[in-house]
Amino acid sequence: MFETIRYEVKDAVAWLYLNRPDSLNAFVAKMNREVKVAVKTASNDEQVRCIVITGEGRAFCSGQDLSEVDEQMDHGQVLRDHYGPMIKQIRLCDKPIVAAVNGVAAGAGFSLALACDFRVVSERASFLNAFIHVGLIPDSGNLYYLSQLVGQTKAVELSILGEKVSATDALHMGLASKVYPFESWEEDVAAFAGRLATLPTKAIGLIKRSLMAIPQLSFEDYLEHEAQGQRIAGLTNDHREGVTAFMEKRKPVFSGQ
Amino acid sequence: MKSFDFIETSIEGSVAVIELNRPRQLNSLNRKLVSELVEAMEHFDRNDQVRIIVLTGKGRAFSAGADIDEMTDDDPISLELLNQFADWDRFALIKKPLIGAVKGFVFGGGFELALCCDILIAASGTEFSFPEVGLGVMPGAGGTQRLTKLAGRTKALEWLWTGERVSAEDALRYGVINKIVASELLMEEALKFANRLAKQPPLSLRLIKDSVNKAVDSSLSEGMQYERKNFYLLFATQDQKEGMNAFIEKRKPDYRGK
Repeated sequence: MFETIRYEVKDAVAWLYLNRPDSLNAFVAKMNREVKVAVKTASNDEQVRCIVITGEGRAFCSGQDLSEVDEQMDHGQVLRDHYGPMIKQIRLCDKPIVAAVNGVAAGAGFSLALACDFRVVSERASFLNAFIHVGLIPDSGNLYYLSQLVGQTKAVELSILGEKVSATDALHMGLASKVYPFESWEEDVAAFAGRLATLPTKAIGLIKRSLMAIPQLSFEDYLEHEAQGQRIAGLTNDHREGVTAFMEKRKPVFSGQ
Repeated sequence: MKSFDFIETSIEGSVAVIELNRPRQLNSLNRKLVSELVEAMEHFDRNDQVRIIVLTGKGRAFSAGADIDEMTDDDPISLELLNQFADWDRFALIKKPLIGAVKGFVFGGGFELALCCDILIAASGTEFSFPEVGLGVMPGAGGTQRLTKLAGRTKALEWLWTGERVSAEDALRYGVINKIVASELLMEEALKFANRLAKQPPLSLRLIKDSVNKAVDSSLSEGMQYERKNFYLLFATQDQKEGMNAFIEKRKPDYRGK
Protein backbone atom coordinates (compact mmCIF):
# COMPACT_ATOMS: atom_id res chain seq x y z
CA MET A 1 0.00 0.00 0.00
CA PHE A 2 2.83 2.43 0.86
CA GLU A 3 6.32 2.75 -0.67
CA THR A 4 8.12 5.32 1.42
CA ILE A 5 6.62 4.42 4.78
CA ARG A 6 5.56 1.31 6.63
CA TYR A 7 2.21 1.34 8.40
CA GLU A 8 0.84 -1.17 10.88
CA VAL A 9 -1.75 -1.25 13.63
CA LYS A 10 -1.01 -3.28 16.75
CA ASP A 11 -2.86 -3.23 20.08
CA ALA A 12 -4.74 0.01 19.34
CA VAL A 13 -1.54 1.78 18.29
CA ALA A 14 -0.89 2.81 14.67
CA TRP A 15 2.83 2.67 13.87
CA LEU A 16 4.03 4.83 11.03
CA TYR A 17 7.67 4.16 10.08
CA LEU A 18 9.40 6.61 7.76
CA ASN A 19 11.05 4.05 5.54
CA ARG A 20 13.82 5.47 3.39
CA PRO A 21 16.73 4.56 5.66
CA ASP A 22 19.33 4.84 2.87
CA SER A 23 18.67 8.57 2.63
CA LEU A 24 18.09 8.99 6.39
CA ASN A 25 14.34 9.01 5.73
CA ALA A 26 14.52 12.24 3.76
CA PHE A 27 11.25 13.62 2.46
CA VAL A 28 10.26 13.22 -1.16
CA ALA A 29 6.84 14.37 -2.35
CA LYS A 30 5.58 10.81 -2.19
CA MET A 31 6.51 10.50 1.46
CA ASN A 32 4.64 13.74 2.30
CA ARG A 33 1.60 12.25 0.65
CA GLU A 34 1.94 8.84 2.28
CA VAL A 35 2.37 10.30 5.76
CA LYS A 36 -0.76 12.36 5.17
CA VAL A 37 -2.75 9.33 3.99
CA ALA A 38 -1.51 7.16 6.88
CA VAL A 39 -2.41 9.77 9.49
CA LYS A 40 -5.85 10.13 7.94
CA THR A 41 -6.30 6.35 7.88
CA ALA A 42 -5.32 6.09 11.54
CA SER A 43 -7.58 9.02 12.46
CA ASN A 44 -10.57 7.29 10.91
CA ASP A 45 -9.76 3.79 12.21
CA GLU A 46 -11.88 3.16 15.29
CA GLN A 47 -9.42 0.54 16.55
CA VAL A 48 -6.64 3.11 16.77
CA ARG A 49 -6.24 5.15 19.97
CA CYS A 50 -2.67 6.36 19.56
CA ILE A 51 -0.39 7.09 16.58
CA VAL A 52 3.40 6.81 16.62
CA ILE A 53 5.63 8.30 13.92
CA THR A 54 9.20 7.03 13.93
CA GLY A 55 12.10 6.38 11.57
CA GLU A 56 13.62 3.16 10.20
CA GLY A 57 17.39 2.88 10.61
CA ARG A 58 19.54 5.38 12.44
CA ALA A 59 17.72 8.65 11.63
CA PHE A 60 14.26 9.93 12.44
CA CYS A 61 14.09 12.14 9.34
CA SER A 62 16.73 14.31 7.69
CA GLY A 63 14.28 16.74 6.06
CA GLN A 64 13.78 17.43 2.37
CA ASP A 65 15.64 15.09 0.02
CA LEU A 66 17.93 17.54 -1.73
CA SER A 67 18.25 15.28 -4.75
CA GLU A 68 14.62 16.14 -5.49
CA VAL A 69 15.31 19.86 -5.29
CA ASP A 70 15.49 21.67 -8.56
CA GLU A 71 16.77 25.22 -8.49
CA GLN A 72 13.92 26.35 -10.75
CA MET A 73 11.28 25.18 -8.32
CA ASP A 74 8.94 27.46 -6.43
CA HIS A 75 9.75 26.71 -2.78
CA GLY A 76 6.49 28.27 -1.59
CA GLN A 77 4.44 26.08 -3.88
CA VAL A 78 6.19 22.92 -2.66
CA LEU A 79 5.06 23.82 0.86
CA ARG A 80 1.50 24.55 -0.25
CA ASP A 81 1.27 21.35 -2.29
CA HIS A 82 3.15 18.81 -0.17
CA TYR A 83 4.24 19.80 3.33
CA GLY A 84 1.26 21.98 4.26
CA PRO A 85 -1.38 19.29 3.61
CA MET A 86 0.66 16.74 5.62
CA ILE A 87 1.06 19.04 8.62
CA LYS A 88 -2.61 20.08 8.47
CA GLN A 89 -3.67 16.43 8.49
CA ILE A 90 -1.67 15.89 11.68
CA ARG A 91 -3.24 18.98 13.24
CA LEU A 92 -6.74 17.73 12.35
CA CYS A 93 -6.19 14.44 14.17
CA ASP A 94 -8.09 14.09 17.45
CA LYS A 95 -5.97 11.14 18.63
CA PRO A 96 -2.68 11.47 20.46
CA ILE A 97 0.31 11.48 18.09
CA VAL A 98 3.79 10.64 19.32
CA ALA A 99 6.99 11.42 17.46
CA ALA A 100 9.36 8.66 18.57
CA VAL A 101 12.58 10.41 17.59
CA ASN A 102 15.05 7.56 17.21
CA GLY A 103 17.89 9.59 15.66
CA VAL A 104 18.50 12.90 13.95
CA ALA A 105 15.47 15.06 13.20
CA ALA A 106 16.66 17.79 10.86
CA GLY A 107 14.91 20.44 8.79
CA ALA A 108 11.41 19.35 7.85
CA GLY A 109 12.05 16.21 9.92
CA PHE A 110 12.30 18.51 12.95
CA SER A 111 9.08 20.21 11.81
CA LEU A 112 7.32 16.86 11.56
CA ALA A 113 8.31 16.03 15.15
CA LEU A 114 7.13 19.46 16.31
CA ALA A 115 3.68 18.94 14.80
CA CYS A 116 3.13 15.86 16.99
CA ASP A 117 1.70 16.03 20.51
CA PHE A 118 4.59 14.27 22.21
CA ARG A 119 8.26 13.93 21.37
CA VAL A 120 9.86 10.98 23.09
CA VAL A 121 13.49 10.74 22.12
CA SER A 122 16.30 8.24 22.10
CA GLU A 123 19.46 9.29 23.91
CA ARG A 124 21.03 9.12 20.44
CA ALA A 125 18.53 11.53 18.91
CA SER A 126 19.17 15.15 18.07
CA PHE A 127 17.27 18.07 16.60
CA LEU A 128 18.62 20.45 14.03
CA ASN A 129 16.88 23.44 12.47
CA ALA A 130 19.13 23.12 9.43
CA PHE A 131 17.26 25.51 7.13
CA ILE A 132 19.54 28.48 7.90
CA HIS A 133 22.55 26.55 6.66
CA VAL A 134 21.13 26.58 3.14
CA GLY A 135 19.78 30.12 3.39
CA LEU A 136 16.14 29.13 3.97
CA ILE A 137 13.67 29.65 6.79
CA PRO A 138 12.23 26.88 8.99
CA ASP A 139 9.05 25.64 7.31
CA SER A 140 6.15 23.19 7.62
CA GLY A 141 4.83 24.98 10.69
CA ASN A 142 8.22 24.78 12.40
CA LEU A 143 8.40 28.27 13.93
CA TYR A 144 4.72 28.28 14.84
CA TYR A 145 5.14 25.20 17.02
CA LEU A 146 8.73 25.82 18.09
CA SER A 147 8.00 29.28 19.52
CA GLN A 148 5.07 27.86 21.48
CA LEU A 149 7.10 24.96 22.82
CA VAL A 150 10.39 26.58 23.79
CA GLY A 151 9.60 30.32 23.77
CA GLN A 152 11.04 33.14 21.72
CA THR A 153 14.58 33.08 23.10
CA LYS A 154 15.27 29.46 22.29
CA ALA A 155 13.29 29.53 19.03
CA VAL A 156 15.51 32.34 17.78
CA GLU A 157 18.68 30.53 18.88
CA LEU A 158 17.77 27.22 17.30
CA SER A 159 16.58 28.76 14.05
CA ILE A 160 19.17 31.48 13.44
CA LEU A 161 22.27 29.81 14.87
CA GLY A 162 21.21 26.42 13.59
CA GLU A 163 22.98 24.53 16.37
CA LYS A 164 22.31 20.91 17.07
CA VAL A 165 20.20 20.11 20.16
CA SER A 166 21.04 16.93 22.04
CA ALA A 167 18.39 14.66 23.55
CA THR A 168 19.13 15.89 27.08
CA ASP A 169 19.00 19.55 26.05
CA ALA A 170 15.74 18.88 24.24
CA LEU A 171 14.30 17.48 27.46
CA HIS A 172 15.47 20.48 29.49
CA MET A 173 14.12 23.09 27.11
CA GLY A 174 10.69 21.46 26.96
CA LEU A 175 11.06 20.11 23.45
CA ALA A 176 10.89 16.48 24.50
CA SER A 177 8.78 14.67 27.09
CA LYS A 178 11.03 11.66 27.70
CA VAL A 179 14.54 10.50 26.90
CA TYR A 180 14.95 6.73 26.66
CA PRO A 181 18.19 4.73 26.61
CA PHE A 182 19.23 3.17 23.32
CA GLU A 183 19.14 -0.37 24.73
CA SER A 184 15.47 -0.32 25.75
CA TRP A 185 14.26 2.19 23.08
CA GLU A 186 11.66 0.02 21.37
CA GLU A 187 10.13 -1.34 24.59
CA ASP A 188 10.04 2.11 26.15
CA VAL A 189 8.33 3.68 23.16
CA ALA A 190 5.86 0.81 22.95
CA ALA A 191 5.07 1.18 26.66
CA PHE A 192 4.54 4.95 26.30
CA ALA A 193 2.26 4.52 23.27
CA GLY A 194 0.46 1.63 24.95
CA ARG A 195 -0.28 3.80 27.96
CA LEU A 196 -1.71 6.57 25.75
CA ALA A 197 -3.88 4.01 24.00
CA THR A 198 -5.59 3.09 27.28
CA LEU A 199 -6.48 6.66 28.28
CA PRO A 200 -9.88 8.29 27.55
CA THR A 201 -9.30 8.99 23.84
CA LYS A 202 -12.20 11.36 23.39
CA ALA A 203 -11.07 13.54 26.29
CA ILE A 204 -7.55 13.62 24.84
CA GLY A 205 -8.97 14.91 21.56
CA LEU A 206 -10.93 17.58 23.40
CA ILE A 207 -7.83 18.68 25.31
CA LYS A 208 -5.95 18.93 22.01
CA ARG A 209 -8.76 20.99 20.49
CA SER A 210 -8.78 23.37 23.47
CA LEU A 211 -5.03 23.86 23.40
CA MET A 212 -5.09 24.54 19.67
CA ALA A 213 -7.92 27.04 20.01
CA ILE A 214 -6.17 29.17 22.63
CA PRO A 215 -4.09 31.41 20.32
CA GLN A 216 -7.19 32.50 18.42
CA LEU A 217 -9.61 33.02 21.31
CA SER A 218 -10.20 35.73 23.89
CA PHE A 219 -10.43 34.50 27.47
CA GLU A 220 -14.23 34.86 27.44
CA ASP A 221 -14.49 32.88 24.22
CA TYR A 222 -12.08 30.30 25.57
CA LEU A 223 -14.30 29.70 28.61
CA GLU A 224 -17.23 29.04 26.28
CA HIS A 225 -15.07 26.71 24.17
CA GLU A 226 -14.06 24.90 27.35
CA ALA A 227 -17.70 24.58 28.47
CA GLN A 228 -18.63 22.94 25.17
CA GLY A 229 -15.65 20.60 25.44
CA GLN A 230 -16.59 19.58 28.96
CA ARG A 231 -20.20 19.01 27.87
CA ILE A 232 -18.97 16.58 25.20
CA ALA A 233 -16.58 14.85 27.61
CA GLY A 234 -19.35 14.62 30.21
CA LEU A 235 -21.41 12.56 27.77
CA THR A 236 -18.70 9.93 27.11
CA ASN A 237 -18.72 6.37 28.42
CA ASP A 238 -15.17 6.92 29.61
CA HIS A 239 -16.32 9.70 31.94
CA ARG A 240 -18.94 7.40 33.43
CA GLU A 241 -16.41 4.60 33.72
CA GLY A 242 -13.93 6.92 35.44
CA VAL A 243 -16.46 8.02 38.02
CA THR A 244 -17.76 4.49 38.59
CA ALA A 245 -14.24 3.10 39.01
CA PHE A 246 -13.45 5.84 41.50
CA MET A 247 -16.56 4.99 43.55
CA GLU A 248 -15.78 1.29 43.40
CA LYS A 249 -12.14 1.97 44.30
CA ARG A 250 -10.79 0.13 41.27
CA LYS A 251 -8.76 1.06 38.20
CA PRO A 252 -10.87 2.42 35.34
CA VAL A 253 -10.94 0.57 32.02
CA PHE A 254 -11.43 3.18 29.31
CA SER A 255 -12.83 2.19 25.94
CA GLY A 256 -12.03 5.43 24.13
CA GLN A 257 -15.74 6.03 23.61
CA MET B 1 -48.35 17.42 9.90
CA LYS B 2 -48.26 15.38 6.67
CA SER B 3 -45.18 13.40 5.83
CA PHE B 4 -42.73 14.50 3.15
CA ASP B 5 -40.37 12.69 0.79
CA PHE B 6 -37.28 14.81 1.19
CA ILE B 7 -37.59 16.55 4.54
CA GLU B 8 -38.56 15.58 8.07
CA THR B 9 -40.31 17.82 10.55
CA SER B 10 -40.96 17.75 14.28
CA ILE B 11 -42.10 20.05 17.05
CA GLU B 12 -40.63 20.13 20.52
CA GLY B 13 -42.24 22.61 22.88
CA SER B 14 -42.49 25.80 20.89
CA VAL B 15 -39.63 25.03 18.51
CA ALA B 16 -40.23 23.41 15.12
CA VAL B 17 -37.33 21.53 13.52
CA ILE B 18 -37.10 20.93 9.79
CA GLU B 19 -34.41 18.50 8.59
CA LEU B 20 -33.29 18.10 5.00
CA ASN B 21 -33.51 14.36 4.52
CA ARG B 22 -31.42 13.22 1.55
CA PRO B 23 -28.27 12.37 3.49
CA ARG B 24 -26.94 9.99 0.83
CA GLN B 25 -27.04 12.82 -1.71
CA LEU B 26 -25.55 15.18 0.89
CA ASN B 27 -28.98 16.84 0.99
CA SER B 28 -28.72 18.17 -2.52
CA LEU B 29 -31.73 20.33 -3.26
CA ASN B 30 -34.15 19.15 -5.90
CA ARG B 31 -37.24 21.12 -6.80
CA LYS B 32 -39.57 18.85 -4.85
CA LEU B 33 -37.47 19.27 -1.73
CA VAL B 34 -37.58 23.04 -2.02
CA SER B 35 -41.34 23.09 -2.42
CA GLU B 36 -41.73 20.73 0.56
CA LEU B 37 -39.52 23.04 2.55
CA VAL B 38 -41.60 26.09 1.70
CA GLU B 39 -44.77 24.23 2.56
CA ALA B 40 -43.44 23.11 5.95
CA MET B 41 -42.09 26.53 6.80
CA GLU B 42 -45.32 28.31 5.91
CA HIS B 43 -47.24 25.73 7.91
CA PHE B 44 -45.11 26.36 11.00
CA ASP B 45 -45.26 30.09 10.42
CA ARG B 46 -49.04 29.88 10.90
CA ASN B 47 -49.00 27.31 13.71
CA ASP B 48 -49.71 29.01 17.06
CA GLN B 49 -47.77 26.42 19.00
CA VAL B 50 -44.56 27.23 17.10
CA ARG B 51 -42.51 30.28 17.98
CA ILE B 52 -39.15 29.47 16.39
CA ILE B 53 -38.18 27.37 13.36
CA VAL B 54 -34.85 25.53 13.19
CA LEU B 55 -33.55 24.31 9.82
CA THR B 56 -30.83 21.67 9.59
CA GLY B 57 -29.68 18.71 7.50
CA LYS B 58 -29.48 15.00 8.25
CA GLY B 59 -26.12 13.31 7.84
CA ARG B 60 -22.71 14.89 7.59
CA ALA B 61 -23.53 17.88 5.37
CA PHE B 62 -26.12 20.63 5.56
CA SER B 63 -26.43 20.66 1.79
CA ALA B 64 -23.94 20.23 -1.04
CA GLY B 65 -26.09 22.34 -3.39
CA ALA B 66 -28.65 22.02 -6.13
CA ASP B 67 -29.38 18.77 -7.89
CA ILE B 68 -27.34 19.34 -11.06
CA ASP B 69 -28.87 16.38 -12.96
CA GLU B 70 -32.18 18.14 -12.77
CA MET B 71 -31.05 21.20 -14.71
CA THR B 72 -28.55 20.03 -17.32
CA ASP B 73 -31.18 20.15 -20.08
CA ASP B 74 -32.79 23.45 -19.06
CA ASP B 75 -32.87 26.42 -21.39
CA PRO B 76 -33.76 30.04 -20.58
CA ILE B 77 -37.37 29.67 -21.69
CA SER B 78 -37.97 26.44 -19.78
CA LEU B 79 -36.49 28.07 -16.68
CA GLU B 80 -38.64 31.19 -17.09
CA LEU B 81 -41.78 29.08 -17.51
CA LEU B 82 -40.88 26.78 -14.63
CA ASN B 83 -40.30 29.85 -12.40
CA GLN B 84 -38.73 27.67 -9.74
CA PHE B 85 -37.31 30.58 -7.77
CA ALA B 86 -40.82 31.72 -6.91
CA ASP B 87 -40.65 29.07 -4.16
CA TRP B 88 -37.41 30.60 -2.91
CA ASP B 89 -39.01 34.04 -2.73
CA ARG B 90 -41.45 32.65 -0.18
CA PHE B 91 -38.65 31.82 2.28
CA ALA B 92 -38.11 35.55 2.67
CA LEU B 93 -41.73 36.02 3.71
CA ILE B 94 -41.53 33.76 6.76
CA LYS B 95 -42.26 35.95 9.76
CA LYS B 96 -41.01 33.82 12.63
CA PRO B 97 -37.32 33.58 13.53
CA LEU B 98 -35.59 31.02 11.35
CA ILE B 99 -32.40 29.51 12.78
CA GLY B 100 -30.07 27.55 10.52
CA ALA B 101 -27.92 24.87 12.16
CA VAL B 102 -25.33 23.99 9.52
CA LYS B 103 -22.41 21.59 9.27
CA GLY B 104 -20.06 19.94 6.78
CA PHE B 105 -20.68 21.32 3.31
CA VAL B 106 -22.84 24.38 2.76
CA PHE B 107 -22.44 24.74 -0.98
CA GLY B 108 -24.26 26.46 -3.83
CA GLY B 109 -28.01 26.28 -3.36
CA GLY B 110 -27.34 24.94 0.13
CA PHE B 111 -25.44 28.13 0.90
CA GLU B 112 -28.29 30.19 -0.58
CA LEU B 113 -30.75 28.32 1.60
CA ALA B 114 -28.59 28.98 4.66
CA LEU B 115 -28.53 32.67 3.75
CA CYS B 116 -32.34 32.67 3.95
CA CYS B 117 -32.05 31.99 7.68
CA ASP B 118 -32.08 34.82 10.23
CA ILE B 119 -29.48 33.29 12.52
CA LEU B 120 -26.78 30.83 11.44
CA ILE B 121 -24.99 28.52 13.84
CA ALA B 122 -22.24 26.44 12.28
CA ALA B 123 -20.48 23.32 13.51
CA SER B 124 -16.73 23.67 13.78
CA GLY B 125 -15.18 22.62 10.44
CA THR B 126 -18.14 23.70 8.31
CA GLU B 127 -17.18 24.90 4.82
CA PHE B 128 -19.16 27.38 2.72
CA SER B 129 -18.82 27.81 -1.00
CA PHE B 130 -20.45 29.00 -4.20
CA PRO B 131 -19.02 26.55 -6.75
CA GLU B 132 -21.45 27.58 -9.52
CA VAL B 133 -18.74 29.51 -11.38
CA GLY B 134 -16.93 26.21 -11.97
CA LEU B 135 -19.95 24.93 -13.90
CA GLY B 136 -20.13 27.96 -16.14
CA VAL B 137 -23.06 29.53 -14.32
CA MET B 138 -23.62 31.55 -11.14
CA PRO B 139 -25.92 31.51 -8.13
CA GLY B 140 -29.54 32.14 -9.02
CA ALA B 141 -31.45 31.94 -5.75
CA GLY B 142 -30.12 35.03 -4.02
CA GLY B 143 -26.48 34.07 -3.51
CA THR B 144 -24.90 37.14 -5.10
CA GLN B 145 -27.39 39.46 -3.40
CA ARG B 146 -27.59 38.08 0.13
CA LEU B 147 -23.88 37.30 0.46
CA THR B 148 -23.01 40.83 -0.65
CA LYS B 149 -25.43 42.35 1.86
CA LEU B 150 -23.82 40.31 4.64
CA ALA B 151 -20.12 40.20 3.84
CA GLY B 152 -19.78 43.25 1.57
CA ARG B 153 -18.77 43.51 -2.07
CA THR B 154 -15.05 42.87 -1.50
CA LYS B 155 -15.30 39.35 -0.12
CA ALA B 156 -18.47 38.47 -2.03
CA LEU B 157 -16.71 38.94 -5.37
CA GLU B 158 -13.64 37.03 -4.25
CA TRP B 159 -15.63 34.04 -3.01
CA LEU B 160 -18.12 34.01 -5.90
CA TRP B 161 -15.43 34.36 -8.59
CA THR B 162 -13.05 31.73 -7.24
CA GLY B 163 -15.67 29.32 -5.90
CA GLU B 164 -13.20 28.63 -3.08
CA ARG B 165 -14.24 27.02 0.18
CA VAL B 166 -14.69 29.49 3.01
CA SER B 167 -13.97 28.27 6.53
CA ALA B 168 -16.47 28.74 9.34
CA GLU B 169 -13.94 31.09 10.96
CA ASP B 170 -13.88 33.34 7.89
CA ALA B 171 -17.66 33.17 7.58
CA LEU B 172 -17.84 34.36 11.19
CA ARG B 173 -15.24 37.07 10.64
CA TYR B 174 -17.17 38.52 7.70
CA GLY B 175 -20.55 38.45 9.38
CA VAL B 176 -22.06 35.57 7.40
CA ILE B 177 -22.76 33.43 10.47
CA ASN B 178 -23.49 34.12 14.14
CA LYS B 179 -21.36 31.52 15.86
CA ILE B 180 -19.31 28.36 15.65
CA VAL B 181 -19.95 25.50 18.07
CA ALA B 182 -18.39 22.06 18.57
CA SER B 183 -19.80 19.75 15.90
CA GLU B 184 -21.00 17.26 18.52
CA LEU B 185 -23.16 19.97 20.08
CA LEU B 186 -24.61 21.62 16.97
CA MET B 187 -28.24 20.67 17.55
CA GLU B 188 -28.03 21.07 21.30
CA GLU B 189 -26.65 24.61 20.96
CA ALA B 190 -29.08 25.54 18.17
CA LEU B 191 -32.03 24.34 20.24
CA LYS B 192 -30.70 26.11 23.31
CA PHE B 193 -30.60 29.33 21.33
CA ALA B 194 -34.05 28.64 19.86
CA ASN B 195 -35.53 28.04 23.30
CA ARG B 196 -33.98 31.23 24.58
CA LEU B 197 -35.65 33.16 21.75
CA ALA B 198 -38.88 31.27 22.35
CA LYS B 199 -39.15 32.96 25.76
CA GLN B 200 -39.04 36.42 24.19
CA PRO B 201 -42.31 38.12 23.24
CA PRO B 202 -43.14 36.68 19.80
CA LEU B 203 -44.67 39.82 18.38
CA SER B 204 -41.59 41.81 19.29
CA LEU B 205 -39.40 39.25 17.54
CA ARG B 206 -41.70 39.38 14.55
CA LEU B 207 -41.68 43.16 14.16
CA ILE B 208 -37.96 43.38 14.90
CA LYS B 209 -37.32 40.96 12.03
CA ASP B 210 -39.65 42.97 9.82
CA SER B 211 -37.85 46.22 10.70
CA VAL B 212 -34.32 44.85 10.36
CA ASN B 213 -35.20 43.40 6.96
CA LYS B 214 -36.50 46.84 6.00
CA ALA B 215 -33.13 48.31 6.93
CA VAL B 216 -31.37 45.96 4.52
CA ASP B 217 -33.62 46.99 1.66
CA SER B 218 -34.41 50.71 1.99
CA SER B 219 -33.09 54.16 2.79
CA LEU B 220 -32.41 55.15 6.40
CA SER B 221 -35.19 57.73 6.58
CA GLU B 222 -37.72 55.32 5.13
CA GLY B 223 -36.54 52.64 7.54
CA MET B 224 -36.82 55.01 10.50
CA GLN B 225 -40.44 55.78 9.69
CA TYR B 226 -41.13 52.08 9.26
CA GLU B 227 -39.49 51.22 12.58
CA ARG B 228 -41.55 53.89 14.36
CA LYS B 229 -44.84 52.43 13.13
CA ASN B 230 -43.79 48.95 14.26
CA PHE B 231 -42.77 50.34 17.65
CA TYR B 232 -46.20 52.00 18.06
CA LEU B 233 -47.91 48.85 16.90
CA LEU B 234 -46.38 46.81 19.72
CA PHE B 235 -48.19 49.03 22.21
CA ALA B 236 -51.38 47.37 20.99
CA THR B 237 -50.19 43.99 22.33
CA GLN B 238 -50.97 42.27 25.60
CA ASP B 239 -47.33 41.31 25.80
CA GLN B 240 -46.33 44.99 25.98
CA LYS B 241 -48.58 45.43 29.04
CA GLU B 242 -47.28 42.19 30.53
CA GLY B 243 -43.64 43.11 29.89
CA MET B 244 -43.88 46.56 31.40
CA ASN B 245 -46.02 45.46 34.36
CA ALA B 246 -43.62 42.63 35.13
CA PHE B 247 -40.75 45.12 35.05
CA ILE B 248 -42.52 47.44 37.50
CA GLU B 249 -43.59 44.55 39.74
CA LYS B 250 -40.07 43.09 39.59
CA ARG B 251 -41.22 39.67 38.38
CA LYS B 252 -40.57 37.56 35.29
CA PRO B 253 -42.89 38.29 32.37
CA ASP B 254 -45.01 35.55 30.83
CA TYR B 255 -45.49 36.30 27.15
CA ARG B 256 -48.45 34.92 25.22
CA GLY B 257 -47.72 36.19 21.75
CA LYS B 258 -50.83 38.34 21.74
